[in-house]
Amino acid sequence: MNYFYYPGCSLEGTAQEYDASTRALFAALGADLTEVEGWTCCGAGAAESVSRLLALALPARNLALIEKTGSDADLLVPCSACYLNLKKAAETVRSGSDTARKINEALSVENLSVSGKTRVRHLLDVLIRDIGPEVIHGHTVYPLSRLRVAPYYGCQCLRPYAAFDDPERPCSMSVLLTAAGARILDWRMGGICCGASQTQTKPENGIRLTAAILREAREADAIVTVCPMCQMNLAAFQAAASRMDPLVRPVPVLFLPQVLGIAMGIDASLLRLNANLSVTREFTEKLMADRVPVAYSPLRVGVNKSFPP
Amino acid sequence: MKQSLFSKEGQTESGPAGLLQDLSRELRACIQCGTCTGSCPNAAAMDMTPRQLWRCVLTNRIEAVFFSRTFSLCSSCYCCTLRCPRELPLTEIMARLKQISLFYGLHKEKRSDLFYHCFLDSVRRHGRIRESEFMMIFFWQMKNPWLPVQYSSLGWQLMKRGKIHLTLPVRGERILEPLFQAVERIEGGK
Repeated sequence: MNYFYYPGCSLEGTAQEYDASTRALFAALGADLTEVEGWTCCGAGAAESVSRLLALALPARNLALIEKTGSDADLLVPCSACYLNLKKAAETVRSGSDTARKINEALSVENLSVSGKTRVRHLLDVLIRDIGPEVIHGHTVYPLSRLRVAPYYGCQCLRPYAAFDDPERPCSMSVLLTAAGARILDWRMGGICCGASQTQTKPENGIRLTAAILREAREADAIVTVCPMCQMNLAAFQAAASRMDPLVRPVPVLFLPQVLGIAMGIDASLLRLNANLSVTREFTEKLMADRVPVAYSPLRVGVNKSFPP
Repeated sequence: MKQSLFSKEGQTESGPAGLLQDLSRELRACIQCGTCTGSCPNAAAMDMTPRQLWRCVLTNRIEAVFFSRTFSLCSSCYCCTLRCPRELPLTEIMARLKQISLFYGLHKEKRSDLFYHCFLDSVRRHGRIRESEFMMIFFWQMKNPWLPVQYSSLGWQLMKRGKIHLTLPVRGERILEPLFQAVERIEGGK
């Protein structure tokens, strides 16, 4: 399997561990990721607040770079905001509307053009539909039976395009994590907004939303997510959230490829667990000490219970 | 009044009033059911609920729309868009209201406006966002000495993990400059 890979700006900076663990995970699964050459910012949430055409032209430029290579491989995007921007640009261009013409007019200054033929896929979409839980289960050497995780999807990989999961009651991460042996916290907050950039621009409201999620995750050993902005909000504002809601407890917030990677026995240094803001040394040590090789574990896919060691 | 960045063919009025009329045409099918309000995670912080905002757009109450903070509190979670029984692009319309308000300076959300401005400025200069440089310029432009203090602990944590680096703002390679200029030219309708 070959994919184009668009890391996005966050994965070069504050979410480096998401980039490292994604590359390590797909290498272990035998899928090739080709980074889009010369990729630029997708506009994030900022461009759409300023200009509609800019918010479409910025991601479309990256699609044009892919189309120029002539390859018809799908584009894999780990960041949910980048995913939505790129997908929206592809859909808009495909619609052939007046806006599509304007996007190509803007790109023509760089001798680029876009037809929208590239399929834009979120990391979670590729994991659940192309790789599948059976393969994850087959690669699992250290089932995470003692870990109770809260799967947190965020918004933009689920909505508005219901591409691979139920946007109201998402379950794809639960399936993958169960395949890796983890126990799943039954909660309702998986697809509820974390506040996005409002934790910076309107902290009183943004952190209220973050706190509501952290409060419901208080019985989980870790939150698992697939969005760098959600991960940052949930990890960096735990102290502020606990001042707002006394039920908020410190909790590690991990990226899905990191958690699957641990279960698959990928070297911890490749998964960069120590780069997460909210991961303590005690958590990592406990996680590594708790690892039980699969040979001794009565692991059953679909059964969510711990086993006596 | 500046010339509209959003001018379109067949528009009867120019400026924010005309743009609001465009949006009201898109909202024509709204039945005021309030599913958007019930779905919105930010509704509690809004001075006007999303349903009320759509009513004001439909009845052309331009002052009420742009005096409200409602659209600036949209966090683009797309719950309303997903659930709207008339399948209206509500999140998109929230974004359009942000664009109009920012362009005409109708509503002062200094912190959001500067945040987006500094972000896109960094993208324009470097092609990709440089998070530390962007935040430093944002702090500088906010001119609030307490802001960097509030972020100092987070900044230190990120630096310790090698995720951000202290750098002085530089001019950058400006590879996106032609695209930004083309977008400005096309949206200016010239």
